[in-house]
Amino acid sequence: MLELNNVETFYGNIMALKGITLKVYEGEIITLIGANGAGKTTTLMSISGIVPPRSGEILFQGKPIHCLSPDEIVALGISQVPEGRRIFPQLSVQENLDMGAFLRRDTAGIRKDLDYVFGLFPILAQRRHQAGGTLSGGEQQMLAISRSLMARPRLLLLDEPSLGLAPMMVKLIFQVIGKINGEGATTIFLVEQNANMAMQVAHRGYVMENGRIALSGTASELLHDEHVKKAYLGI
Amino acid sequence: MDYFLEIFLSGLTRGSIYALIALGYTMVYGIIELINFAHGEIYMIGAFTALIIASVLTTLGMSGPAVLILAGIVAVIYASAYGFTVEKIAYKPLRGASRLSPLISAIGMSIFLQNYVMLAQTSDFLPFPNLLPELPFLESTAHIMGSTDFIIIATTAVVMVALTLLIKFTRMGKAMRATAQDRNMAMLVGVNVNRVISATFIIGSALAAIGGVLIASHIGRINFYIGFIAGIKAFTAAVLGGIGSIPGAVLGGLVLGWTECFATGYVSSDYEDAFAFALLVLILILRPAGILGKASVQKV
Repeated sequence: MLELNNVETFYGNIMALKGITLKVYEGEIITLIGANGAGKTTTLMSISGIVPPRSGEILFQGKPIHCLSPDEIVALGISQVPEGRRIFPQLSVQENLDMGAFLRRDTAGIRKDLDYVFGLFPILAQRRHQAGGTLSGGEQQMLAISRSLMARPRLLLLDEPSLGLAPMMVKLIFQVIGKINGEGATTIFLVEQNANMAMQVAHRGYVMENGRIALSGTASELLHDEHVKKAYLGI
Repeated sequence: MDYFLEIFLSGLTRGSIYALIALGYTMVYGIIELINFAHGEIYMIGAFTALIIASVLTTLGMSGPAVLILAGIVAVIYASAYGFTVEKIAYKPLRGASRLSPLISAIGMSIFLQNYVMLAQTSDFLPFPNLLPELPFLESTAHIMGSTDFIIIATTAVVMVALTLLIKFTRMGKAMRATAQDRNMAMLVGVNVNRVISATFIIGSALAAIGGVLIASHIGRINFYIGFIAGIKAFTAAVLGGIGSIPGAVLGGLVLGWTECFATGYVSSDYEDAFAFALLVLILILRPAGILGKASVQKV
């Protein structure tokens, strides 16, 4: 479904991605783990077109998307929940969700998806008219995920959804990630520092180090890999 | 009491015009954090366009409010086209550059447009016909509030309500607010930010053109330099109210208008600007972000 071939991305003169090659198949959850500054967020930003790659190619369903603008990429069905949630603080919860469906015109479908996300996170229905910035961290994460679901994505990119959340909330978020993947047949690309949680929900994983893919395999292979155990699982 | 009321209302008139222009500064700043110094020139171009159209229509034998409305519409379209083009030529290529570059570019654009109008038209003041009709129902109160004041205040009020509705409820309005709050996130939900920026320039320019037509009719003469002075005042109003804040721009415009008119009415017209800028200094000392501005949070 998604394919990155030798992607190189720069911030000014600094090379953040040094030739990334990876594949995401339809319907799976893949996870990208790695330390701070390894280039995980940059990988997602390159896919979304915010920081387009300088060389290499990104294919979505066989077609190149690395030369498209971010809104064209969203229109193809790739939606991102960025690191730090990035809720529009002065828009209400409802307006944040409306923004998620910005490119859609099918009013009936939007209403249905609204009911769906309110079903996933009933607290958001209660907070509907509250400004997004007044929500707690966990609620903001729920809103951020719901907002990107409102685009009805085929591929959902999640950047560190567990960051800064209480353990209970982390558990809930990961449950929902599994649910989204199962129910809606949405493919999920999960970036995480919490490698343990990520490997439990994912089918396959990639390990990133210094702008390169260091290792890849199925979740159980990675869980038993000596290097991964030592460096990322703390065992 | 009548004297106070008269000054209050003329302050409201003047403040309305400042507010109309200040909105353009504040909206553009809200979206791309740029002080668009060429904005005053857009106002001036609006007034010149209206003058040309009005002259043509009058020569053709038209008169009355139709001239005002037609001239106003053409001025709005023309000024919007200028605002749109200025952004494409002078600011868009500098989008990724340091903040100083577009600022210098804006000043350059302002000087260029002034000189362009001076060469294309004249450097002298041109008489501007009074296009605003006399309203019969205001005859009895004409010594306090004339038709001109009434029309300016009413038009401004209608425009402000329309703008508020547009920003609050339309798709583009939501996209504008989202872009102002977090540009990259707006892109991630599929907002075409270039289109939002263009729309912001077009709306700001249209408001400035409306202000230009109204004030030119009111004062009765224009030249290429009126945009600079009005621009500085409106910019002051935007900063006073809190740059980036739309209600702030309106409030700042009105406060500035009142300050100037009360200073003129009760002290001396010589000190009008001194009072206006003293107020600015005072407010910036007490509230550095402006009356309704939020203390800026460093974005990480």
